[in-house]
Amino acid sequence: MIDLAREIVGALFLVAGGTFFLIGAIGVHRMPDLFTRIHAASLADTAGVGLVLIGLMVYGGLTLVTVKLVFLLLFLMFMGPVATHALAAAALQAGLKPGAEKRHASSPARKTPVTRKGRGKSR
Amino acid sequence: MLAAALFAILVSIALLVVRALRGPTVFDRLLAANSIGNGAILVLALFGFLTGRPEFLDLGLTYALLNYVGAFAVLKFYREGSLGAAPEDRA
Repeated sequence: MIDLAREIVGALFLVAGGTFFLIGAIGVHRMPDLFTRIHAASLADTAGVGLVLIGLMVYGGLTLVTVKLVFLLLFLMFMGPVATHALAAAALQAGLKPGAEKRHASSPARKTPVTRKGRGKSR
Repeated sequence: MLAAALFAILVSIALLVVRALRGPTVFDRLLAANSIGNGAILVLALFGFLTGRPEFLDLGLTYALLNYVGAFAVLKFYREGSLGAAPEDRA
């Protein structure tokens, strides 16, 4: 009984983590600017990796494997923001400006401009 | 559920590879490479649990160390033009 509950909770964590990682990867693929891509990748590297590792901890029970997972999670939580900050600082030093760039070719432009008055129109 | 999470992460790695090939700047490619490394760590952990061999986590830990060392090496090389030259070599 407790094994079934553990498996269900671990599966929920795993699915949530995989979903977050996929959303972050879609963001890295579709965002228009380097800094917005960094913002999307931080989601994948924090929420996705963290939830998947927590799900594996719940799924695997309390053994030496759990200790390895805790160390891996701690290392990623310490080093991910540091690497992201170093990347953003190097990009700023290289002369990239965060701001309005042109829309990237892989992201489709809006067909209709967004207005507050166009709520009842047929498209 | 392990297989579902593994499939989601493999699809994510495919998208990140597209960004790494298409990225306009060096930093886009480095960001995508860093995220690909994180995805590889997760793939190793999930595959180890899926096949009943959790010893793959040691490989994942090594991948994490190498991933960040490589990222910082590329960033330092881009900033300073060398990887720690001797003091008399610096102009």
